[in-house]
Amino acid sequence: MTTYNDFVIRFANVNGSGSASANGMFAKALFRMGIPVATRNIFPSNIQGLPTWFEVRVSEKGYLGRREGIDIMVAMNAETYEEDLASIVPGGFLLHDNSQGGDRRLSRNDINDLGIPLSKLVQSEFEDPKQRQLFKNIVYLGALSALLNIDFEIITGMVSAQYKGKDNLIQPNITAMEIGRSYAHDYMDSPLPIQVRASKGVGDRILIDGNAAAALGAIYGGATICAWYPITPSTSMAEAFEQHASRLRVDPVTNRKNYAVIQAEDELAAMGIVIGANWNGARAFTATSGPGVSLMTEFLGLAYFAEIPAVLFDIQRAGPSTGMPTRTQQADLLSAAYASHGDTRHPLLFPASPKECFDFAASSLDLADRLQTPIIVLSDLELGMNDNLSEPLTWDDERCYDRGKVLDHESLEEISEFGRYLDIDGDGIGYRTLPGTHPTKGAFFTRGTSRDEYAVYTESPEAYTANMDRLLKKWDTAKTIVPSPEIVDGDAPAGIIYYGTTAMPMGEALDRLSDDGIHLDTMRLRAFPFGEAVEAFIDQHEILFIAEQNRDAQMRTLLVNELEIDPTRFISVLYYGGFSISADTIHEQILAYYTDHNLPRLKEVQS
Amino acid sequence: MTYVSKPEVHHPLLKVNEIGLNRRDYEGSVSTLCAGCGHDSVSAAIVQACSELSIPPHRFLKISGIGCSSKTPSYFLDNSHGFNSVHGRMPSVATGANLANRDMYCVGVSGDGDSASIGLGQFAHIVRRKINMLYIVDNNGTYGLTKGQFSATNDLGSTSKKGAPTLYAPIDMVSVALQIGAGFVARSFSGDKRQLVPLIKAAIMHKGFAFIDVISPCVLFNNHAGSTKSYDYVREHTEHVIDADVVLPHEEITVDYEPGTSESVNMPDGSRLHLNKLSNDYDPYDRVKALSHVQEAQERGEVVTGLLYVSRDPHDCHEILDTTDIPLNALEESVLCPGAGKLADINQSFR
Repeated sequence: MTTYNDFVIRFANVNGSGSASANGMFAKALFRMGIPVATRNIFPSNIQGLPTWFEVRVSEKGYLGRREGIDIMVAMNAETYEEDLASIVPGGFLLHDNSQGGDRRLSRNDINDLGIPLSKLVQSEFEDPKQRQLFKNIVYLGALSALLNIDFEIITGMVSAQYKGKDNLIQPNITAMEIGRSYAHDYMDSPLPIQVRASKGVGDRILIDGNAAAALGAIYGGATICAWYPITPSTSMAEAFEQHASRLRVDPVTNRKNYAVIQAEDELAAMGIVIGANWNGARAFTATSGPGVSLMTEFLGLAYFAEIPAVLFDIQRAGPSTGMPTRTQQADLLSAAYASHGDTRHPLLFPASPKECFDFAASSLDLADRLQTPIIVLSDLELGMNDNLSEPLTWDDERCYDRGKVLDHESLEEISEFGRYLDIDGDGIGYRTLPGTHPTKGAFFTRGTSRDEYAVYTESPEAYTANMDRLLKKWDTAKTIVPSPEIVDGDAPAGIIYYGTTAMPMGEALDRLSDDGIHLDTMRLRAFPFGEAVEAFIDQHEILFIAEQNRDAQMRTLLVNELEIDPTRFISVLYYGGFSISADTIHEQILAYYTDHNLPRLKEVQS
Repeated sequence: MTYVSKPEVHHPLLKVNEIGLNRRDYEGSVSTLCAGCGHDSVSAAIVQACSELSIPPHRFLKISGIGCSSKTPSYFLDNSHGFNSVHGRMPSVATGANLANRDMYCVGVSGDGDSASIGLGQFAHIVRRKINMLYIVDNNGTYGLTKGQFSATNDLGSTSKKGAPTLYAPIDMVSVALQIGAGFVARSFSGDKRQLVPLIKAAIMHKGFAFIDVISPCVLFNNHAGSTKSYDYVREHTEHVIDADVVLPHEEITVDYEPGTSESVNMPDGSRLHLNKLSNDYDPYDRVKALSHVQEAQERGEVVTGLLYVSRDPHDCHEILDTTDIPLNALEESVLCPGAGKLADINQSFR
């Protein structure tokens, strides 16, 4: 039986061998045929010579999360051949280079062998040894186009587009692709029973990585300054900001920049620059990962206490310490929420798609100005560095930036007295002034030391306590303006809470659970602190799962701690191996809980 | 520490500057540092310099880190915004501030602990970035606020109050600044106001990063015999090379210098930098020679003061980055946001 648009293909390569562009073209070709795809780049913390994998989930149903088991393996790395072979599902396919003959011990009789003499094919066509290496990738891409029935014109069109301006590279690439395609047609049973066909599944969606989307959101949200220090997996966000700003933010007359990017000497300095800029009323952000957040905690405490807006994107990776720098996790939740010494806490945003990376990047700048405090956007490697299918980015031209409570020259003229930390409006947020505004009014001293409502240093217990309490009042204000959770409530007795990229496999996991008679209401948290809707959802559900990608169930801790909830009410669904959580993991853990506890399930399976 | 306000009454004969302000308009709150602290003299010199330059006080930013020196921005320019940041991190905050608003004058005050120990990395990198500011180190060779530990600028063998010698070689901030390429490098002494005030004026008007290392004795913990950062030692071991002053666009040069020893250099804003050579063979435009001169003097236990180096072709970070003339914090939303139409094209590029 032939199946269409439903498989997982994994390319096993050696990094630095030029496979990335061929593999990228493969995914993009299916996307352009309208087929929903999700890509995952599983790469080492290394530049050349170590194993790397590229995985494409193809799903007509639109399931974009990770699924266990590989249907088609393109095994191009001798070093990982054995484990790559083992990861193929029974009945799956192994595409490999059989130029040298294979080791008979490394074979399986429950899978289909797709041997192609890749080395021999390129050897007879290309002279240059480097070209031979690179074009092996293109030859297997050509073979796959025949085996999977990919629209060949789309792929060749992409080659032409990719090498636009380097026309001498176009023909050899197309030749290599045709060699592979002809071989598959002539010597193999093409197409395979697993294949693709044009679809309308993609709709108007785009294929973009979360970091690029976040960078664009920062540009749209009015950020003028990006200060950063290179660290995987956040680097591409700063680089994307610079790349897009160089086109979108240049003065049309003078050609000079309406933005500044500083690659700082470390993460401490990056955060200091962000704070100095925001103190002067320029929107500034930094992008980093867990180790960078650790270094920035001192400055985060300063910005919290001195009440300076700041935006930090934490593109999470597997910790602790250096951990697995090129693997994904959601394990910075607690260290970000309470970053720094003393009684400190910070609002967090949890984007789950590139579109939301864009939206939250823009709104985090508003929130930071409104709340006069650091806002931390917790993305991760899975979302940030992989091309994800996303709703198109949108912007409402009627929208105005919320610059928060800033007194200009005219307002200062009108008031009789200025007190930086006076709570005039009762929302815990004072009015600030920017340096240079007025010759005689509104100047104040910003400091990390205790001060009174007029920003004057004090060690008075009353003044200190009043200030700390006002910060809590501001925290309550934050609860009402951060993004609310996305709730699907069908009056089920059980619910599942999740956030960020754990959303990616959730739809598929819920469908599978539904097939097993388990129906869950869902709450996707989009921000911390938690507002009333979060409390209400928890109150209304008897059984509550929390799915997340860390060992210590950090969201569970945060909910228990912040909402004073009995911890036994939450059942953790956890994965922290470094890949993104799969639908299989969520499905298995919840099913096991229902089985172990003899919980009732719906008898009739609903469609 | 309590906040002490100064009396509002001004001396009737106080001189006013070109914008109608007198010195008192450039002052801050009353210092809470120890009586006789060199840092208070530096603050007074900043007050006088800013007043003489006739720049409105609110056009200054004053930034510091942590330590005795970092408290001093409270004691000058009351109508300026100040930022007492975290230990050793003033350079990054100053960088962000300058990137946000290139029109502000920025005065950073740090100490030897703040800049030569915990903040040495940030110091080095703000020099590299050529942030347009005056960076003063109130250098007393000791951690005053934690009661007298040695700092990294203390000379090898210089003793503590109880007689214990410094065991490690010093970090000379001037040499560091010269080596990394600061456009304006000077050293002065808090006890020499005649030299310090004009240097501060010249440094403020300099385009790019201007550094002044001010030896500023700690009267409580590092002003004894055996210390090389005491008033007495510095007075006895000073080699004064170049005096510098700023002459505003319409001002006349009134000071008479020996012919052949002085020269004027035009500055970008129309004012002139006036140099007076006290040592005939010293060339303030030669960075490499300046560095060896300073190092050789240090070997002899001498402290070279005055303007040590000034670039003939100064640049600042905004030039390097090619940012627009309008301060980034003043750009309108219409300039910042590319709009929905552009976003449609962007979406298309991801299909």
